[in-house]
Amino acid sequence: MTEASRLSRYLYTLIIVFIIWLFLTASLDPQELAMGLIFSAIVAAFTYEIFTTRGLSNLHPRRVAYAIAYVPYFLWAMIKANLDVAYRVLHPKRPINPGIVECKTTLRNEVGKLALANSITLTPGTITLDIDGDRYFIHWIDVKDKSVEGASEHITRPFEKFLKVIFE
Amino acid sequence: MSVLTGIGEFLVLFGTVFYFISTLGLIRMPDVYNRMQTATKSVTLGSLSTIIGVGLWAVGEGFSIAWLTKTIVIAVFLLLTNPISAHALIRGAYKSGIPLWEGSVVDKYKEHLEGKEGEE
Repeated sequence: MTEASRLSRYLYTLIIVFIIWLFLTASLDPQELAMGLIFSAIVAAFTYEIFTTRGLSNLHPRRVAYAIAYVPYFLWAMIKANLDVAYRVLHPKRPINPGIVECKTTLRNEVGKLALANSITLTPGTITLDIDGDRYFIHWIDVKDKSVEGASEHITRPFEKFLKVIFE
Repeated sequence: MSVLTGIGEFLVLFGTVFYFISTLGLIRMPDVYNRMQTATKSVTLGSLSTIIGVGLWAVGEGFSIAWLTKTIVIAVFLLLTNPISAHALIRGAYKSGIPLWEGSVVDKYKEHLEGKEGEE
């Protein structure tokens, strides 16, 4: 993972901050845009060093396309997860079978790992407990497979194919 | 009443149902880890759908588009920060020694921690 130049990292932070400004003001008035650009430039100057390590290469079209495709996929997984939780809560016998399992991931990038952990937390019956290197410890509400490989197959595989393109 | 108003009202109703399920889960689940499961997931989806629903509803009623964009910013912020707080809480609970429910089938994390201590 090579680090991008300072200018590219600064521009990337500027673009992201400015997009947030656009959403917050919801106005295309030239005065608002000019003020937003000035403030974004100031904020980006202070924060770009901790915000990103790869700069403008984050905006590669392939990555952006996969990120956009990931949104409906993720929302659908989330709705399924909530229907599953609702079923477990409302069922009179309370059909839970919890435990802590271990998963391995093939992601190397730190931000990618964070995104995977967040995705795991919000989807069917799993919540990330700790991450150590490439090992995830996950509290699973309905343990179907105790082994490392089997649990990875159930939990992390479906997201990795998207996150690999977005973050690697 | 426009289509947007209808969709917004439906989303707000959908979200409040999941809020209710999440509170019910807090009462019915046996231990802190299973409670975190219901609390995190249902509250996040419930908030998302309620917040976006309010934005759509306001636009449908003839308010400015600023409602929708602001609610989208709030929803994305919630979506990104909620799982991290859940992760911090559940890890804190484990580290302070709260036991798993007696029905739990497997605890790989304990084995991992013991293995680490053995190495040192």
